[in-house]
Amino acid sequence: MTLFKRPGFWISVLFAIVAAVGPWWISAYFLGVLTVAYYFGVFAMSWDLLFGYAGEVNFGPTALIGLGAYGAAMLNFFYGVSIPVCIIFGAVVAVVGGLLLAVPALRLTGPYFGVVTLVAVLLLQNVIVIFAKYTGGEIGMTTQSVLSINTAVNYEYALGFLVICTIILYGLSRSPLGLILQSIGQDATEASALGFNVTKHKIAAFCVSALFSGLAGGMMVFYMGTASVGTVISISIDVQVIIMAVLGGRRTIVGSVLGAVFIIMANELLRPLGQLNTFVVSGIALAVILFFPDGFLGAILHRRSA
Amino acid sequence: MSQVREIGAGTVPAPAETGVAGLETSGLVKRFGGLVAVKNIGFHIKPGEILGLIGPNGSGKSTVMKLIMGIEKPNAGSVKLNGVEVAGWPTHRIARAGISLVFQHSRPLHRQTVLENIKLALLPDSFLSLTHTRAVDEAARAIAARCELDHVLDRLPAGLPFADLRRMELAKAIARDPKVVLVDEPFAGLTAPEVRSFSALIEGFREAGLAVLLVDHNVKSVAAMVDRVFAMYLGEYVADGLPDEVMRNETVRRVYLGGAIEVAARPAAAAKDEAPVLDIKDVSVFYGKAQALDNVSITMRAGEFVSVVGLNGAGKTTLFNAISGLVPYSGTIEWQGGKLAGKSAGAIARSGIVQCPESRELFGTMSVRENLDLGGQHLTVEESTKQIEWLFDLFPILRSRQAQASRTLSGGEQQMLAIARALMMRPKLLILDEPTLGLAPVILEQISKALELLRNTTPITVLLGEQNVTFALPHADRVYVLEHARIIWEGDPGRFEREVGASYL
Repeated sequence: MTLFKRPGFWISVLFAIVAAVGPWWISAYFLGVLTVAYYFGVFAMSWDLLFGYAGEVNFGPTALIGLGAYGAAMLNFFYGVSIPVCIIFGAVVAVVGGLLLAVPALRLTGPYFGVVTLVAVLLLQNVIVIFAKYTGGEIGMTTQSVLSINTAVNYEYALGFLVICTIILYGLSRSPLGLILQSIGQDATEASALGFNVTKHKIAAFCVSALFSGLAGGMMVFYMGTASVGTVISISIDVQVIIMAVLGGRRTIVGSVLGAVFIIMANELLRPLGQLNTFVVSGIALAVILFFPDGFLGAILHRRSA
Repeated sequence: MSQVREIGAGTVPAPAETGVAGLETSGLVKRFGGLVAVKNIGFHIKPGEILGLIGPNGSGKSTVMKLIMGIEKPNAGSVKLNGVEVAGWPTHRIARAGISLVFQHSRPLHRQTVLENIKLALLPDSFLSLTHTRAVDEAARAIAARCELDHVLDRLPAGLPFADLRRMELAKAIARDPKVVLVDEPFAGLTAPEVRSFSALIEGFREAGLAVLLVDHNVKSVAAMVDRVFAMYLGEYVADGLPDEVMRNETVRRVYLGGAIEVAARPAAAAKDEAPVLDIKDVSVFYGKAQALDNVSITMRAGEFVSVVGLNGAGKTTLFNAISGLVPYSGTIEWQGGKLAGKSAGAIARSGIVQCPESRELFGTMSVRENLDLGGQHLTVEESTKQIEWLFDLFPILRSRQAQASRTLSGGEQQMLAIARALMMRPKLLILDEPTLGLAPVILEQISKALELLRNTTPITVLLGEQNVTFALPHADRVYVLEHARIIWEGDPGRFEREVGASYL
């Protein structure tokens, strides 16, 4: 296969190995930071599959993440079901809930899908606050169990999860399905004239995106031990996820991971700036997007193909 | 794999299918709101036949193509493929049934190679196909070879010459072995040798037994290869038959050329010693790899009325957009002695060059009066009111339509409003791009009168781009003929009919 001849493949493997031995050379504090970054990497990759390939902008990725997170957390909290089952349940909730919201919008052309996803976040936030008895409301919900109390183990869980998701999502993006999705994202009329059912493929892409968002949401809940509106269902997190994917490189999947690690680490490293922190990180992100609209990875790939 | 059949093998439909072989349309009607874009159109293309569907811009030919492909749903009528009714089906189903479309402006996948782009067209409509099969790969290579693309298989589309890009689109269209191929403007942007190799490819489709529909603006460009021509105007059938029959057809000639040609050059404007106010030298424009203007030079003196005539696609709009600073170009354009290159479109407009675009660009939800007021933004209230009064004298119908939303006006009234709005900006040079587009003769007469008044009573320099020669010639002091991105004739209108009249179509 040509895969093994690509330098990008070996660079990724190298990165994965360096990351895997992280607990031997990274401080416990930064292991914790990276753990969160890895989950965000999956959020951003799922988002990129939908936007970069199918061309639909999901302004509310946390609606899907939140459904997965709360689905998993509630099942664990009320019934004490084991973690893997809860996470899978959360992912199913994310797919089903997402479909109910998005299918009507995906059938239409135009900005409807984006608007619906944005509204979905606000709607879900409200539902969680209103049904505080079942959801913990604004305070959040504590799960009965957590993945591990050991930082290094949590870190390896997150990394392993990230690697598996990357392989699957990247593989999908390079498959015939990825090709069809790209053509739909570029010109839906032309894609349908080539004989592809645009709606069907968009829904398929959405389901995959929702599935991985939901899984990652569930994983993160069992890492943190709590699910709260502020951490998994919020517009500001939506914006972060979108920035990560665009910053890393639209239509690259792997770039999203770089974007996620960059944003989360920058937020951490610039903490001494206090209030200015977010401002500076957003400024950097904006500059990168303005000068390298294809993102980190996109800029590298483009240079090579030009 | 069942989706990939042998390419180029006979595509004669199975005898089990009933009805007429090939593509048969009848009674097609398409309405967009109050506008009837297609009225009762029907034709038949047999397997192994090439039909040219022609008509000027706005005649509805593209809509007919979209109706066949299911991109637009017809309000009435039928589209039969080998006797099977496909009207109303979703596009992807029609494509799978065996109709394919070569888009004029296609957008290939830029990160994929030519081979991968062709493979795309061969994939089944399923999201469960996760690996590329060998059959798809082999079929894609065979199709590429047939379309003379084998030497660029592993290149990215961005690095390809324009003709190869068009070949790739043809390859995609025939990949799934369709029974009918629709080609939108097959030769736009191609050079003469490329047109020949392209024609040979399309003629190859005919030999393979495909029914081919070529959609183009005029007979000339497709005449050499089509078996029959079907001409449309304003959504309606005009004529059909052999290419030269259609070219000789009175109605067709009137549609393209207008009626009998009249001229009225002013002797006063013949003062040729005056320095030109607009001097266009060797201007060339490329859209990507397609050349839209090829070393065009035009001069205009103050107060002159110059017409640039040419069929759709000749490059008129591109020329005007270059003057207005909307497209980058090579060569120089000088206005009142200063170079225009590097100035923004806004600065050019402020220096007195105002373009009234083909698409009119009115603010649809605003009233007639509001559109005019917008055009007069830079004037004082008194000046503006005076200017509007003058315009209402020029186009009396607009006075009675003042409060009406501009999108509810008829096409002719919209055109008058667009010209009036351009005049609100008090242009020194007024550029009119195809004001007659899609308008009925009676409206043309009104606009014609207004232009005559403009020419005789104001110092405004006018540059008119037209396909309709009868409309363009009477007012013109001088005429340029633009064909395939080049100026091929220049002179006064009196000589036009004698020297180029016959070969224009």
